[in-house]
Amino acid sequence: MSWSTTLNHPLGLLDADSFPFLAMLGSDDSDIFINGLLGSFAAALVVISVMVVVALLTRYRAWRTLWFDWLTSADHKKIGIMYVVLALVMLVRAIAEAVLMRAQGAVGLDGGFLSSDHFAQLFSTHGTIMIFFMAMPFLTGLINYVVPLQIGARDVAFPILNSISLWLTVAGAALVMTSLVVGVFSTGGWFGYPPYTGTLYNPGVGVDYWIWSLTLASLGSTLTGINIAVTIYKKRAPGMKLYYMPLFTWTALCTAIMMIFAMPPLTVVTLQLALDRYLDFHFFTNGLGGNQMNFLNMFWLFGHPEVYILILPAFGVYSEIFSTFSGKVLFGYKSLVWATMSIAFLSFLVWLHHFFTMGQSGHINAVFGIASMLIGIPTGVKIYDWMWTMLRGRVRFSVPMIYSLAFIFLFVIGGITGIMLANPILDYQVHNTVFLVAHFHNMAVPGVLFGMLAGYTFWFPKAFGFRLDERWGRISAYCWIFGWMGAFFPLYILGLMGLPRRSVAYEQASYVPLEIVAFVGALLVAAALMALVIQLWVSIKHREENRVFVGDPWDGRSLEWATSAPPPEYNFPVVPSINDRDAFTAAKEFGVGYQEPDTYVNIEIPQNSAMGPVFGGTSFLLAFGLVWQIWWLVILTGLVTIGTLVVRGFQRDTLKIIPAETVCRAHRHWIQAARSAQPIKRSQEHTAANKGRAALETVEVST
Amino acid sequence: MISELFKRVEFYLDARQNKEIFIYPGLNLGAEHSNVHTQAEATVFGFWVFLMSDAIIFGMAFATYATLLQGTAGSPGPRELYHLGPIFIETLLLLTSSFTFGMASIAMKYKHPTSHLVGWLLVTLVLGVIFLGMELDDFRTMFAAGGLPTQSGFLSGFFGLVPLHGLHVTAGCIWLVCMLGQIAVHGLDSETKLGLLRLALFWHFLDIVWIFIFSVVYLGGLA
Repeated sequence: MSWSTTLNHPLGLLDADSFPFLAMLGSDDSDIFINGLLGSFAAALVVISVMVVVALLTRYRAWRTLWFDWLTSADHKKIGIMYVVLALVMLVRAIAEAVLMRAQGAVGLDGGFLSSDHFAQLFSTHGTIMIFFMAMPFLTGLINYVVPLQIGARDVAFPILNSISLWLTVAGAALVMTSLVVGVFSTGGWFGYPPYTGTLYNPGVGVDYWIWSLTLASLGSTLTGINIAVTIYKKRAPGMKLYYMPLFTWTALCTAIMMIFAMPPLTVVTLQLALDRYLDFHFFTNGLGGNQMNFLNMFWLFGHPEVYILILPAFGVYSEIFSTFSGKVLFGYKSLVWATMSIAFLSFLVWLHHFFTMGQSGHINAVFGIASMLIGIPTGVKIYDWMWTMLRGRVRFSVPMIYSLAFIFLFVIGGITGIMLANPILDYQVHNTVFLVAHFHNMAVPGVLFGMLAGYTFWFPKAFGFRLDERWGRISAYCWIFGWMGAFFPLYILGLMGLPRRSVAYEQASYVPLEIVAFVGALLVAAALMALVIQLWVSIKHREENRVFVGDPWDGRSLEWATSAPPPEYNFPVVPSINDRDAFTAAKEFGVGYQEPDTYVNIEIPQNSAMGPVFGGTSFLLAFGLVWQIWWLVILTGLVTIGTLVVRGFQRDTLKIIPAETVCRAHRHWIQAARSAQPIKRSQEHTAANKGRAALETVEVST
Repeated sequence: MISELFKRVEFYLDARQNKEIFIYPGLNLGAEHSNVHTQAEATVFGFWVFLMSDAIIFGMAFATYATLLQGTAGSPGPRELYHLGPIFIETLLLLTSSFTFGMASIAMKYKHPTSHLVGWLLVTLVLGVIFLGMELDDFRTMFAAGGLPTQSGFLSGFFGLVPLHGLHVTAGCIWLVCMLGQIAVHGLDSETKLGLLRLALFWHFLDIVWIFIFSVVYLGGLA
């Protein structure tokens, strides 16, 4: 670290061998060549995609728009959309990896085509990306977009902090993508247990990429949690009591609280592991008084709440969808709220079930086993509430509802296997087999991802002003559902047959048929992803006939549907006054929707700020410098980061004013459109007649 | 006395409900800008939430220290490395700095001349810097006695916790200098006042954490 080493190695550990592509060319081993070819292909895809995007932006002179309208925006809606875009991009990579792993599984009898190291990188990046750079940005994006609208707020409590959170997450994702082109990624799984991830067994840069991308993501999520919680506590429209909040907002609140308390342990363990690796500390080493169980305990103290951070917003989405697409109030609203809170609370008391086999006494295992099973109770309450919401409703089987129904069936199966695993005796039998892999994918895909995709379909027209294509949506949904079933039901059986997870190859010929079924399932999932892309393409092409400017295409119930689609930058021309649950439904039934206020006032909203992108750029370079030990870069970017914060502290007048006349003009234009639009019945929901004005036909059935 | 207090609370709640003259307690932001007060409420509440999250970080570092306390692996332990004398002085310095920051807050709230506020802040800053200097000297003494973090789990636990607090104090000092700069550039506007209020919370929080470090790390280590 001295000056002379810095001068002699200005790029730290970085040299020609750091590029897998060059390393592949230099090798005459055919195994290295095949794996190198796959890696280089993926790396080339990353580089080419970036180049294509840059070329397109230049071609259409879109750089200014991108910078001023999007990257520097402090608008919670735009930040939300950027989160979802990030999630979808990362989803593509992680699904490709999943298909590759299942392909290896199908031919993995006594070998296969992937090296064990390459396979280990695949499952490590797949897990890391899916959790931190797909699911987290997806749910954060939906929350960001929807929650301020649902509670009648103009923005989140801290708009610039919101932008910084986004850019920290983007920097983490960019770091994972960079590892594809420069160097390698960790082989230690998404949870990176030491001592395997210590320098003794893992001297390269792979684990460091993992450490710093997770650190950036966890800092971003902590700040997001603070922001969302404060927004919900302090920014609700007048009259909106906590018990008037839509259920999605409730789940967002619980998720935010969990982020505040569960992300810090992750930050601590990744930094302690970094100290072990960089400065030769002994937190988790085998000898000299280190204790690797500390890592496990703290990691899962984060990791288990994280599971519920992911699933609760999805529960919120399902609640909105069951109610909206059954044309009924949500059954058992208060029980759903309490169930959500109970799950959030219990999630902090069960972390040890992730390592029942690591040598605790039977008594401790029993306590944590029982605590884990308890979570089944509030979850069961929710399932019944959703089913009773549909009971005697007019259920419309559109895309979000298809996802939601598949969720109910599949999630119950996942829940039951969860209860099985919560029993330490059974866990001893199936731990570290693909049974577990099947179980948590059962929660993560039909639970989380289906919820996110349902939410994406549900709120897309609100965000962009036109509906998504229904036909391709259905094709995609069915491919996801059956593809998932094909890919993971075999894994339950294979797990019971004893196939260990994370193994690149196996010697039992009896595994082969089910492995092939799982591969076919994975191909179907890839088709689902393809259909999703086609759906977006087709929808953009036919956007004019699917416009829903009036903003209420599904006969929605909560406030976000009471604005135009897309909503104006300031969300509401006049902050609404709330005196009931399902505020917008109430307004429509009493005939007081689409009214003009008596007066318009000037509206203050935050100005754009380059803080977020600058922060993201410097933190990415900082992390890159740390990975490759380029110390001058670390110091430089560290100073710039601190300097940005200091400068921001000195800034005043960070608000801009939208004059009342502008607000008035926009609002009158919208009211005019709403009044002239033909209110449509639910049977015409997917026709061009749907301009976003719903006819009154909700039949409330007392249950 | 008690009834007086209840009256005040009632008044406060009334004012809140009517959103008419809502004034953020503990700050003097001027009654005419009610928007400033509602925004102040979110800002300060957000900072409290951040401190809760930060407290978890310290909690994890404390738990790590406690579990690694026995892992000295034959290298020097608490008895060889801890010297309560300087630690006690550091404790007094930090507690005093919290008191002086409190005086600064009072000077701000009751509109004493800005020079009073700046004076108290400077005293706080000096105390903080002396604290940091003494802490660094402690570490130097420990290094000299063979107490390096690379020696054992125990020392890793120690150096994962106490310097973490030291880094927080350093950040607090830098922040304090920035606030002095903001007072110089912008005077005592609402933003500066809110910044000072949050810095005060941060400073007192670090004081509380230090009390735990003194009791758990030093006294607990020597017990």
